[in-house]
Amino acid sequence: MGISRLLNHLLLTFLLLCPGISLAQVEDSQAQQMLTALGESSFAEKIKAVNQIAGSGDERARGWLEAFASNKLAYIESTGQFVIVLKNRGRNWTVENALTGENLGEISRRDIDTLRVNNALRNELASILSVIDLKSPDEDNRLSAARALKGSVDGTLAERLPELIEAEESKPVQAALTEALAIYKVKEQGDIAAVAMLSGSLNSEARAALQQAMRSDDTALVAAATRAMASIEQKLKLNSAVETLYFGLSLGSVLVLAAIGLAITFGVMGVINMAHGELIMLGAYTTWGMQQLLPGQPGLALILSIPAGFLVSALAGIAIERSVIQHLKGRPLETLLATFGVSLILQQLVRTLISPLNRTVITPDWMSGSLMINEALSLTLNRLYVIGFALVVFAGLMLIMRKTRLGLEVRAVTQNRAMARSMGIKATRVDILTFALGSGVAGLAGVALSQITNVGPNLGQSYIIDSFMVVVFGGVGNLWGTLLAGMALGTLNQLLEPWAGAVLAKIMVLVFIILFIQKRPRGLFPQKGRAAEG
Amino acid sequence: MWFTRPLQERSTRIFLGVLFAALAIVSVLHVLMPQDSALYVSSYTVTLLGKYLCYALLAVAVDLVWGYLGILSLGHGAFFALGGYAMGMYLMRQIGDRGVYGDPVLPDFMVFLNWHELPWYWLGFDMAWFAFIMVLLAPGLLALVFGFLAFRSRVTGVYLSIITQALTFALMLAFFRNEMGFGGNNGLTDFKDILGFDLRTDATRLGLFIATGIALAIGYVICRGIVTSKLGRVSIACRDAEARTRFLGYRVERVQLFVFVVSAMLAGVAGALYVPQVGIINPGEFSPLFSIEVVVWVALGGRATLYGAVIGAILVNYGKTVFTGIMPDAWLFALGGLFVLVTVFLPKGIAGLVFKPGKAGGPSNTPSAQETAA
Repeated sequence: MGISRLLNHLLLTFLLLCPGISLAQVEDSQAQQMLTALGESSFAEKIKAVNQIAGSGDERARGWLEAFASNKLAYIESTGQFVIVLKNRGRNWTVENALTGENLGEISRRDIDTLRVNNALRNELASILSVIDLKSPDEDNRLSAARALKGSVDGTLAERLPELIEAEESKPVQAALTEALAIYKVKEQGDIAAVAMLSGSLNSEARAALQQAMRSDDTALVAAATRAMASIEQKLKLNSAVETLYFGLSLGSVLVLAAIGLAITFGVMGVINMAHGELIMLGAYTTWGMQQLLPGQPGLALILSIPAGFLVSALAGIAIERSVIQHLKGRPLETLLATFGVSLILQQLVRTLISPLNRTVITPDWMSGSLMINEALSLTLNRLYVIGFALVVFAGLMLIMRKTRLGLEVRAVTQNRAMARSMGIKATRVDILTFALGSGVAGLAGVALSQITNVGPNLGQSYIIDSFMVVVFGGVGNLWGTLLAGMALGTLNQLLEPWAGAVLAKIMVLVFIILFIQKRPRGLFPQKGRAAEG
Repeated sequence: MWFTRPLQERSTRIFLGVLFAALAIVSVLHVLMPQDSALYVSSYTVTLLGKYLCYALLAVAVDLVWGYLGILSLGHGAFFALGGYAMGMYLMRQIGDRGVYGDPVLPDFMVFLNWHELPWYWLGFDMAWFAFIMVLLAPGLLALVFGFLAFRSRVTGVYLSIITQALTFALMLAFFRNEMGFGGNNGLTDFKDILGFDLRTDATRLGLFIATGIALAIGYVICRGIVTSKLGRVSIACRDAEARTRFLGYRVERVQLFVFVVSAMLAGVAGALYVPQVGIINPGEFSPLFSIEVVVWVALGGRATLYGAVIGAILVNYGKTVFTGIMPDAWLFALGGLFVLVTVFLPKGIAGLVFKPGKAGGPSNTPSAQETAA
């Protein structure tokens, strides 16, 4: 072990001393010879071979060593040709030529011998690979290697790091390396200057190092560390505030999406549609259905289900309007009951035809993952998309209501039906189109919701009360009010959640709305003028 | 007297006659018939009928506010459940040290949650009279506060319906929490006896059934008394033309508040009688679906008739028992279809089909009356 350590350090020194190593390829014969050396039986010989490969500066070295570390470097017994195993399941393994990268197809595993590696060697390989990465011409590779070094720098590396930092051109990589070095210095040497460098760092290793420094006997060090820690705490608090706001806006945009269709049917037309939640559910199920039709292409299916979800829910909305709502014109309480019946039927229909269980909707790659702002704050991408989608849908609806013929006619019919009809507007047609629009938007909400919640028969039920609350809170008939109310309620909910718990926060928001409506029965932005008298 | 006047009405006499006859027949068949006789009414059936009668009383309470005051409450389940919880707390305290953990004071779920003393709001529930007063007070107070705020700000119509629904939804979420001290998800159950009678014996079950029938009769007479009084006529006026009634000098919000609180108390009594018969109360009773189902019982039977509410409650629940027994999937279809059919084709319910509406009853035939007045 002693020898291998020594060799390893020699290699590191070698690597670090010549920052300008050219990444070229060595001769095939030499490569063959180096790889053969990996097959030596003694541990020390193997280490020597590893170091030789790492030191060769060959651009294929990393691939070889990675394959070696994961037991995938092998040679074909008959020819002695080195291969990297791509797939090692079953009787025949897929391999590629280690030197040329050419795919050699499937070869019976009996003809192949893998090069053995043990845990001690694997650890050595990990640290060698991280230094190779620091030399990579690709900046992203260097950055992730530098970040990985935080908290895992050892004595040898620490001695060489300053030179590397000096030679580094990229600022982020430089900063990451400096921080990694500072963490090492605080932890191992109690360096006060390094403590100052860590103040404001959001890395958890940095915090651990500072905490260790705070427990030391040196009062000056403890004071410096405490100060640095305080500044970190403050920065963390700020980040968590931003995160809460993000979650609030995300929840808010979900509420806006769910409620905005209702703002059209209930707010503008005055029709109470308790089946609105089920129209949302239909949109979500359309997304699921699309993905079943287009297996393997979840992204395309998701994009196609935006128009499809709109159409399905709009058609369902028209069916509801024609079969039930038009017979109950001017009887809002009866409309409420009848549409509630429709919602029960739709729910049971989905339960019977599809399944009472939740369906899985796949999130496409470009929507999963998260956007990393800094080490303490990352924003999940799917929620970001939903926020954007909600704003786009809102803007679209605004345009339709304000700038199109249909919007004008809708406003005319709701303000004075008889007068609008005498001006030649077909009121029944407007009713159908408006209801279809509101229902279609519910379908869009469903498409978006399928990406962040479970798609099941009860999906709609959980949003219907919230949606009505948002519309009523914002002021009936006012789309801006709906947007603001949704965002405000979402944020309020998230603000209350940390100290009240999720359920209690929801209850408090509900009670708040109930009290608010009693104080201002017409919501935040009451309609004024003639429209209000309707 | 206002409460003796209904007894002279023909419709009330018929209703009470049918109700008491049914009570008597069921009791006689249950007690006197041998168990293997075809006419024997099992104690399971007696309890089931008792449950229907509780629902009927709840439906009468909803009909009082919806049919005669024009307020569609989608949250009457909350009052029902509160009455039920008050009764449930009394029954829990009656268990004493016979629970699984054998604690003389604390109910099982509190021992399980590692609580060491009774929360203050559980004090007094070991006394029957206190619990029975709370059965009326808890829903009554909630209705008083909620109604005071709502009616004072003139929140009516659809808005009121939606916030009553939000109210019961919020209460459901609250009662699901273990920290509330009402047994959380599981609710209150495992009751042993009521007023010293063992709940598992047939005699107690029959007694509860008869008590429910009598409560329904009293509730019916009270409602009938209210709607035939001068107050009742004012409340019908509020229903048909609220603004006009206000301009005539009536304090509309006081009438609304009074009727609403009475209705909530009746719902509470229904809940209190329901709990010992089904043996459990849990937050599910607060669910908005249950409250809106009650409204459909009333709509099916015929609103603003009171007896229609009773008919509707019994019919729908009998249908539910039958349906969920033979084909559970079809029940929600049937219920949903019922909502649509009744509102579109049967606006006056069964009562409107079978009987001619009385002159004091019948919902307004002119739906635009409100608008014209406003």
